[in-house]
Amino acid sequence: MKEKNSKAVKWILIGISVIFFLLMLVLPLLEVIYRALWDGIASYQAALTAPNTLSALKVTLIATVIAVAVNTVFGIIASWLLTKFDFRGKNVLSTLIDIPFSISPVIAGLAYIMTFGRTGWAKPLIDGINDALGTDIALVFSVPAVVLATIFVTFPFISREIIPILYAQGRDEEEAAAMMGASGFTIFRKITFPHMKWGLLYGIILCAARAFGEFGAVYAVSKARGKTFTLPLEIDALYMAGSADSITQAFAVSSLLVGMALIMLILKNIVEYRGKRSDI
Amino acid sequence: MKQVQTKRKKSIIPGFGISMGVSVTMLSLIILIPLASVLAYSFRLSGQEFLELMTRPNVVRAFVTSIGCALAAAVINCIFGTILAWVLVRYEFPGKRLMDGMIELPFALPTAVAGITLTKMYSDTGFLGRAFEKIGIEIAYTKTGIVIAMVFIGIPFVVRAIQPVLEKLPASYEEAAVMLGASRFRIFWKVIFPEIAPALWTGFGLALARGIGEYGSVIYISGNSEKNGTQVVSYIIMQKLNSGNVDYEGAAAIALVLLIISFLMLFIINMIQHIASRRTNV
Repeated sequence: MKEKNSKAVKWILIGISVIFFLLMLVLPLLEVIYRALWDGIASYQAALTAPNTLSALKVTLIATVIAVAVNTVFGIIASWLLTKFDFRGKNVLSTLIDIPFSISPVIAGLAYIMTFGRTGWAKPLIDGINDALGTDIALVFSVPAVVLATIFVTFPFISREIIPILYAQGRDEEEAAAMMGASGFTIFRKITFPHMKWGLLYGIILCAARAFGEFGAVYAVSKARGKTFTLPLEIDALYMAGSADSITQAFAVSSLLVGMALIMLILKNIVEYRGKRSDI
Repeated sequence: MKQVQTKRKKSIIPGFGISMGVSVTMLSLIILIPLASVLAYSFRLSGQEFLELMTRPNVVRAFVTSIGCALAAAVINCIFGTILAWVLVRYEFPGKRLMDGMIELPFALPTAVAGITLTKMYSDTGFLGRAFEKIGIEIAYTKTGIVIAMVFIGIPFVVRAIQPVLEKLPASYEEAAVMLGASRFRIFWKVIFPEIAPALWTGFGLALARGIGEYGSVIYISGNSEKNGTQVVSYIIMQKLNSGNVDYEGAAAIALVLLIISFLMLFIINMIQHIASRRTNV
């Protein structure tokens, strides 16, 4: 009696999960593909090769690559600092690094406008540097602004993945190596890095996925379509244009991002699997 | 002598100075200084102007909508997230690997894509929207739509928080409870729930924080109507940056209040989580 009962519960719970999974996660993906191909393959291709789309793809890739690079450097250094040393204010520092997790991305965009924008306090500073160097760098409403906003929202992604690993690993090996006179770089390369390798890769994947999909923060600091727009902004512009054609184009561009998201998910699962195996 | 030893022990691994310098500099340049600018800007408003702005009906309604919908979505996510995590840890069935691998799709899928797709699915031209319309439920351009978008982006937080805890929870606990003749409901409530409660609170907090600040996935399905109360706080802030009469001070002030509310809620949730984890560890 009890056995039968527990089987019924099992299948009811699996049923609920499968329905939730299909409705919330699978159906939206199919919907994107379905709407992207609404007007046939030819207009799908046309939407993907439109100048605005290509420009947006370029900006998206630039922002993603730079954000991943900067956050990787920061993630490695910050996790080294937080796990290998004891110092006052460690918890505060750790909490501050996590700020972007808990605040609205819109606030990130806003923060850069208020720092570097027309009325921002750092504007004279940037102008001064530009005058001195003869350059013309703008840190709002430009590609550098998009890059900065992307770095902001993905800032803790990599350090958060490495810190628990290095913490669990402890410091004994590094201390022994230092005692025997190894240089900091050698210790890192020979001891610390092999431990954090999979966690780092995992963090890079999460960071990249968030970086190419960021919308709110970038939307606040990017106004020029075809110049500083990223793919999500281009999708927004096409969708908001409102005609049936442009909405189909919005979904065509979306399908590109769906593809990129699925690749990231597959990579994530591979890294997770390999990382677990290398633990054993 | 002892002091010298501890000092030496602290500094035996090289690189403290440089890693401290780089970390603090990057953190300050990228996160802290820009956020301090928001703070500085919001103080340009006088106390009275600040109060007047915060008590404006559309601002108050936006805060109610953002927080209310994020709370509702986080609760729904806790229910479905627990079921999903349970099913993924305890049962074997075809397609399980695929389901497990795709739980994080909402993290990887750009929010704008999720936003326009959910809107089309649940609007009157979409497959689900039409089905729900027949039974008299409107989803797109209502608060229900906002909640659905927030459920979508929040679900991985809860599943991934609970999964590792369930994996470590030995089945012998439940077996013992069954042997003692406890009912299924009692077993869940008295044996399993206390074990997963701290993780559940973590997931709840993360999903809630994400929901309150969410922009991309929400703004399309919400319809942003002031009359129907479907404007979220992020939308109000963005509006102040975009519209003809740009209002940076107002945007900064609302952002500041949003920040304070988010931090307060996370703080309260951390406290509850702390109490919950103490209870199970005793």
